[in-house]
Amino acid sequence: MKKIECIIRPGKLEDVKDALNQFGVQGMTVYQVIGCGLQKGRKEVYRGTELTINLLPKVKMEVVVNDRDADEIVKIIIKAAATGQIGDGKIFVSPVENAVRIRTGDSGEKAI
Amino acid sequence: MKILRKGLPFGIMMALLLIPGLAWAGEEVPKIDTGDTAFIMISAALVMLMTPGLALFYGGMVRKKNVLSTIMQSFIVLCLISVQWVLFGYSLAFGPDQNHIVGALSWLGLNGVGQEANADYAATIPHLVFMVFQLMFAIITAALITGSIAERMKFPAFLLFILLWSTFVYDPLAHWVWGVGGWLRELGALDFAGGTVVHISSGVSGLVAAIVLGRRKGYGAEAMVPHQLPFTVLGAALLWFGWFGFNAGSALSANGLAASAFVVTNTSAAMAALSWILAEWLHHGRPTMLGAASGAVAGLVAITPAAGFVSPLSSLAIGLVAGVVCYLGVSVVKRKLGYDDSLDAFGVHGLGGIWGALATGVFASKSINEAGADGLLFGNPAQLGIQAVGVLATVAFAATATLVILKIVGMVTKLRVTADEEEIGLDLSLHGEDAYPDIMSGGSLMGGKMFGTAGVNSQVLAKQ
Repeated sequence: MKKIECIIRPGKLEDVKDALNQFGVQGMTVYQVIGCGLQKGRKEVYRGTELTINLLPKVKMEVVVNDRDADEIVKIIIKAAATGQIGDGKIFVSPVENAVRIRTGDSGEKAI
Repeated sequence: MKILRKGLPFGIMMALLLIPGLAWAGEEVPKIDTGDTAFIMISAALVMLMTPGLALFYGGMVRKKNVLSTIMQSFIVLCLISVQWVLFGYSLAFGPDQNHIVGALSWLGLNGVGQEANADYAATIPHLVFMVFQLMFAIITAALITGSIAERMKFPAFLLFILLWSTFVYDPLAHWVWGVGGWLRELGALDFAGGTVVHISSGVSGLVAAIVLGRRKGYGAEAMVPHQLPFTVLGAALLWFGWFGFNAGSALSANGLAASAFVVTNTSAAMAALSWILAEWLHHGRPTMLGAASGAVAGLVAITPAAGFVSPLSSLAIGLVAGVVCYLGVSVVKRKLGYDDSLDAFGVHGLGGIWGALATGVFASKSINEAGADGLLFGNPAQLGIQAVGVLATVAFAATATLVILKIVGMVTKLRVTADEEEIGLDLSLHGEDAYPDIMSGGSLMGGKMFGTAGVNSQVLAKQ
């Protein structure tokens, strides 16, 4: 099994979610996060005082999938989340040792 | 609020004319006017609402770890001064004159302040109504200072400071300007609803307090972003609403002058909001909601002393300048001088108040209010000089007295929270409450339990 963690633009969450659902991925965990990368921060002004905000809001999504689907799912995420501009985000893929469904005690690929 | 007695009722005047002998027979007992009384009671309630409005205005601008402590400061001032005023504050401010400086203590505990009118102040409403209307001014003035000291003052020191400040700064100052026999009133300084007494005094005192307390930890290095601007906008809207009671009510009568004050109040607020956002648009490229809310308050501050003396067109000019002056004060002057007036009580109320007091000397016209005076534009440049004396006296007195009071309070108790308490936030460290607990299914992510402390203690005890 592989864990795919992707950090995407908040506005792309629905697109990525729909694309994954269509492929058949049903479980996912989504976080609101802030972070920085190549994208520059933004400027905010309060009563005439300028502030530079470097950490920008992003959405982080985690899915755990079968080994054989992982590459395909990465492609689907790229297709749904890309705009071509700096700030589109990143995808990290890592191996997962086991998964357990709490309700039944099933483990391995059956559990995801 | 100056000298605005209503004429004697027509019938009595006719009787006095027809039978001259009667005019010497003794003083007329003033007759209570139901319309005036109803209007001033409602105005007092409107001004009361300004203080919770101010709490929201300020509360939205602090970081979320300090929102309750900031709101509480205003709320507690409402309670503290309500008690102080009844016990001795009103007597100090409006009691029988002592050397043109302060009122005598003969009205302690509202002794002699009753349901009949006091013709010296307002001949057509019960003295109690005048007293409670003035109380609301005393409250909001003290609460305004909290904008300068937000996010770093110890609560006991704050309570003591406010009590002493209201007693030794506000009460005498109110007497100077509004009390019968007060020296600024006798000099002819015009202050319709409290530009000097309320706004200059609180703004300047706030600045002194901000400097004595020192900057917030991390000021200038880390971003201190307002945590809830919709609060601030709601607060500004409540201030605007309450200000109709503040300014129109200061006519002390439901009459044409009140209507005039109402209209110029609204006009100046609107104009200043527009000029503030225009200034920041040109300066930084974007108009902001915080700017519009701040500008409206700046316009309300500036029109306050002038409200009963100027025309609607003059109020446009007063608002226009107020928005720009206060914007430059908070964005340029504050940064250059480096003081941490956290929420700009000085930038908005101090500077706006000074501009308004001087503008009154420029734009005042007897065609609006016969009991007032003409200003510079209406052929009386001397009035501007008198206004400047009022401003200087208020600034000098408020600044000096605030410094002395803070030194005294500082000898009794610590003024400032510790670095740790400041880091944690005043809500938790001073008050033990959290404005925004992370709620999940009704519980707290912190893993707390009801009666948590007691439970832990009993388990610890059981193990021993």
